[in-house]
Amino acid sequence: MIRFEHVTRRYPPGMEALADVSFSMKPGELALIGGHSGAGKSTLLKLIAAIEKPTSGTVLVNGQNVGALKRAAIPYLRRNLGLVFQDQKLMFDRNAFENVMLPLSIAGFPPREAAKRVRAALDKVGLLEREKALPIALSGGEQQRLAIARAVVCRPAILLADEPTAHLDPDTARDVAEIFRDFHQVGVTLLIATYDDALFAEFASQRLTLNHGRLLA
Amino acid sequence: MNALLTQHGKALAWSLRRLAAAPANTLLSLLAIGIALALPAGGLMLLDNALQFARNAGSAGATPQLSLFMALDADRKAAADIAARLKNHAGIKETRFVPRDEPLRRMQADAGLAEVIAALPGNPFPDAFVVTPSDNSPAAMEQLRDEFRRWPKVEHVQLDSAWVRRLDAMLRLARSGVALLTGLLGLGLVAITFTTIRLQILTQRAEIEVSRLLGATDSFVRRPFYYFGALQGFAGGAIAWLIVLGITTLLQGPVADLAALYNTNIVLQSLAVSESLLLLALAGGLGWLGAALSLGQHLHRQA
Repeated sequence: MIRFEHVTRRYPPGMEALADVSFSMKPGELALIGGHSGAGKSTLLKLIAAIEKPTSGTVLVNGQNVGALKRAAIPYLRRNLGLVFQDQKLMFDRNAFENVMLPLSIAGFPPREAAKRVRAALDKVGLLEREKALPIALSGGEQQRLAIARAVVCRPAILLADEPTAHLDPDTARDVAEIFRDFHQVGVTLLIATYDDALFAEFASQRLTLNHGRLLA
Repeated sequence: MNALLTQHGKALAWSLRRLAAAPANTLLSLLAIGIALALPAGGLMLLDNALQFARNAGSAGATPQLSLFMALDADRKAAADIAARLKNHAGIKETRFVPRDEPLRRMQADAGLAEVIAALPGNPFPDAFVVTPSDNSPAAMEQLRDEFRRWPKVEHVQLDSAWVRRLDAMLRLARSGVALLTGLLGLGLVAITFTTIRLQILTQRAEIEVSRLLGATDSFVRRPFYYFGALQGFAGGAIAWLIVLGITTLLQGPVADLAALYNTNIVLQSLAVSESLLLLALAGGLGWLGAALSLGQHLHRQA
């Protein structure tokens, strides 16, 4: 489903965020990426979503060489991915419902079906009652759950999450982890960058640890 | 298809919301566009009216005419033949026949000239026709002249259109002036839209970035800005139209006074329907163009 072959990502001037990284994930697998801050976890996720391109090596998603995608093809790749960003990237001038609606508007869903899907996604993360709330009125855990709802509303086969439990208290972090476990159980391929291995350890099938851009065996 | 329509609807709604979100800014931009466009539009209106006025004043005084002189050896029958041709010609409003004796008699009546005339062996004047064409544009009159020249026994055709040419030249100059003004101020409109769209892109930076990350295509990202530019231009055009209408109303009295001095009766007309539609279309189109340029400049290299 996801395959890295000798992937290197270098930032000028010569700093290597990722160096010769190779791994692969089967459909439905849950993999964790661990490592210190600045080890290259976020870069790895960005390469999958074509937010960045590898300096050398090949990133394959569903057999597609992501690094070689034309600019016009990138949006369609991203529509098949669910992304949970480290800084969440919620729209603060839109309420919870509208935030989750955004990916569906972009994909051109008919409004009525889209509204149903938005409510289903909000229900899944336990925010159905807060659909009218602006993100600013939500707690940290609620904002994180809202970001997850937005990531899964298009029902992607692959979900990428960058530090989804950072800045959350242990109970809230556990709630969030459970949401991910539910997606794992329905067959979504998950790749989660986290410090908090213990939260996901019981259902992770693969653990990748990065150290200064290199994958530790 | 339906999905695309929905997206267009959303983009339109978004741009309307953005325009309404900062009413003071919007109003000022629209005023700037409106005034910029009101200048050429007003010029066009005045030009149209000047043309109308000239036509009216012309019919009251010096109407452009053609003088058609027969050959000296032409007899009455040839003159009658030409008279019949003129009468049946579609492009002629009025014809007056001047028999060759008439100028002679007039000159004999003049004490100073009588002696000169008496010294001539015969009547030096030919029969003549004074023709008023129904279309008094220079081109039409020249065409008539060329046609008359080919008629039998017609010696000379004189085109009495110097003043028509002068008027025409003046109006052409005025028209070029208006065209130049339109070009310059149209450019101004593009510039105004360019800047406002730039500001919109800056304030929407976060939204654009998130949309892109969630799989938005370039056209999805750009569409609302195109609508914004076109709408702003269109609304500015509407303001320009209102300004011209206002000017027309204000000038109605003074123009009527002026017209009275020329013994004509003229009602100042605002822009015709076709001109109004052209104004609005042009304003919307230039707004769209400004948006396109701005988007090309400011959204160029983004992930």
